[in-house]
Amino acid sequence: MALLEVKNLGISFGGLRAVDQFEINIKKGQLYGLIGPNGAGKTTIFNMLTGVYKPTDGIIKLDGEDLVGKKTIEINKAGIARTFQNIRLFSQQSVLDNVKIGLHNQYKYSTLTGILRLPKYRKMERKMNEKAMELLKVFELDDKADFLASNLPYGEQRKLEIARALATNPKLLLLDEPAAGMNPNETIELMDTIRFVRDNFDMTVLLIEHDMKLVSGICEELTVLNFGQVLAQGKTKDVLNNPEVIKAYLGE
Amino acid sequence: MKKSNMKSINKQTKSMLITYAMVIAVFIIVEIMISTGMMSSLMQGLLVPLCIYSIVAIGLNLCVGYLGELSLGHAGFMCVGAFSSAVFSKCMMTSGMNETLRFILALLIGTVVAAVFGWLIGIPVLRLRGDYLAIVTLAFGEIIKNVINVMYLGRDSKGFHFSIKDSASLNMQADGKMIIDGAKGIVGTPNQSTFVVGIIIILISLFVSFNLVNSRTGRAIMAIRDNRIAAESVGINITKYKLMAFTISAAIAGAGGVLYAHNLSTLTALPANFGYNMSIMILVFVVLGGMGSFRGSIIAAVVLTMLPEVLRGLADYRMLIYAIVLIIMMLFNWAPKAIEWREKHSLKRMFGKKEKAEEVQ
Repeated sequence: MALLEVKNLGISFGGLRAVDQFEINIKKGQLYGLIGPNGAGKTTIFNMLTGVYKPTDGIIKLDGEDLVGKKTIEINKAGIARTFQNIRLFSQQSVLDNVKIGLHNQYKYSTLTGILRLPKYRKMERKMNEKAMELLKVFELDDKADFLASNLPYGEQRKLEIARALATNPKLLLLDEPAAGMNPNETIELMDTIRFVRDNFDMTVLLIEHDMKLVSGICEELTVLNFGQVLAQGKTKDVLNNPEVIKAYLGE
Repeated sequence: MKKSNMKSINKQTKSMLITYAMVIAVFIIVEIMISTGMMSSLMQGLLVPLCIYSIVAIGLNLCVGYLGELSLGHAGFMCVGAFSSAVFSKCMMTSGMNETLRFILALLIGTVVAAVFGWLIGIPVLRLRGDYLAIVTLAFGEIIKNVINVMYLGRDSKGFHFSIKDSASLNMQADGKMIIDGAKGIVGTPNQSTFVVGIIIILISLFVSFNLVNSRTGRAIMAIRDNRIAAESVGINITKYKLMAFTISAAIAGAGGVLYAHNLSTLTALPANFGYNMSIMILVFVVLGGMGSFRGSIIAAVVLTMLPEVLRGLADYRMLIYAIVLIIMMLFNWAPKAIEWREKHSLKRMFGKKEKAEEVQ
């Protein structure tokens, strides 16, 4: 059974039909790519999947649970976490705290417990620190845990965003242009990290990317979007050799 | 790995301990000065107001510095806390209740009533974004002051009487006593606000605020400030935490109001004490002391309240000097060059270097 099942998804902004008849089926453990020219509606789809926009029509099902019309935080609790195209970190807080904020709903204690520093506070904080450091280690950020998030170099900010998203313990991870602004070496490193995350965290990943090397390198299946509609869908190799895709997006 | 982790915790704890130590040190110095007669009675009269302003500034800092929402009505919350606690104290004065217990209860009542008002205002307004909160709180501060000025509350053998017309329309028995007498306010509240009580409430406010911002809740509040959309995407309930921060902020302002009410024997809601000038003045303390720094708020409140009094001898020039000090403080706190200079010459950095050198060895 598919983990994410989207059918007939569409959204209109006034007279503009930004996404129309979008369909996707992602199996558990898959690395799935969403590509297409600028303005095709890729980020809009992410925003619909995470409840930022409410779809005009269509069905979104995660593990059989209907997500249409739910709020962002409910969708996050249901198991979808994301990163953003323009990095959105908690810039005035430390790297460690950024991940700990991601753990907000995993390790709970009440406000009063926090103010009075009851034993539960210490226990939970210790657990949170351990878990957060574990996640930071995966992204090789553990020695920078004390840094202010805004002081990290660009590539590491992207990694931190992924770490924070993983901290919410999702079933499905949405990455919006994870390699944007990275040099070729960093991109290769990122590919390894994404594979590692998929294998070790038992994660399903849907990513938007323009870097074809990354897309062809790690994505197992692709959907190509053009003017809000699906242009092609299927195995990465087949899709990238599709003449229509080459004409509309890759260039001849 | 573990070590760097420990360090960050230590940093927060250190800043916390320094602040507590500072407050206690000031308290000891002031007590010594009073007992040796080195402090003028004018200065002694200022001690409790200093505590009041510090407390309200701590509360407002939670809202402005940590939640990132502008409130221009914290004098309103002070006012609510002051009047509710004063009414309680006045009613209980004849009951023979233990005075300390009465004051503690009054403090609780003032704090809770201010929190309830903060919560009620927050429910509709915190759902909005931008400057709406500033405008609504500004209006709240003005409205609450005017409402109290037309309130008449009396008590006689039959119970409480309430009117918003005048004292005659209360129709009280001969033994009736006024509690709130309209614009004349509440007369005869017990004077229980001493410097010691003020310092204790400052320490409690600091304890609550510090522990709050260093907890799960505090992180969620700061996450909302830093990036609302990202906070939502990791499952943080924006409305809940905004409301919580604002309510706690209002409650602390209410505690300041309780202290105010029990400092003077007459409590009136005038523009001078609960008007928007007061709200702005407290905002000035917070901004100049550094948003997000409780210690800074206290220092700014103390320096800026003392200054006009200390400079009284200079007559006409005192407001000029006050203005210049304001500008200098602002530059020292926020100018990039000044921050650079401070970082270069700070004690912390010198100690930090030493530590590093030791590690290398």
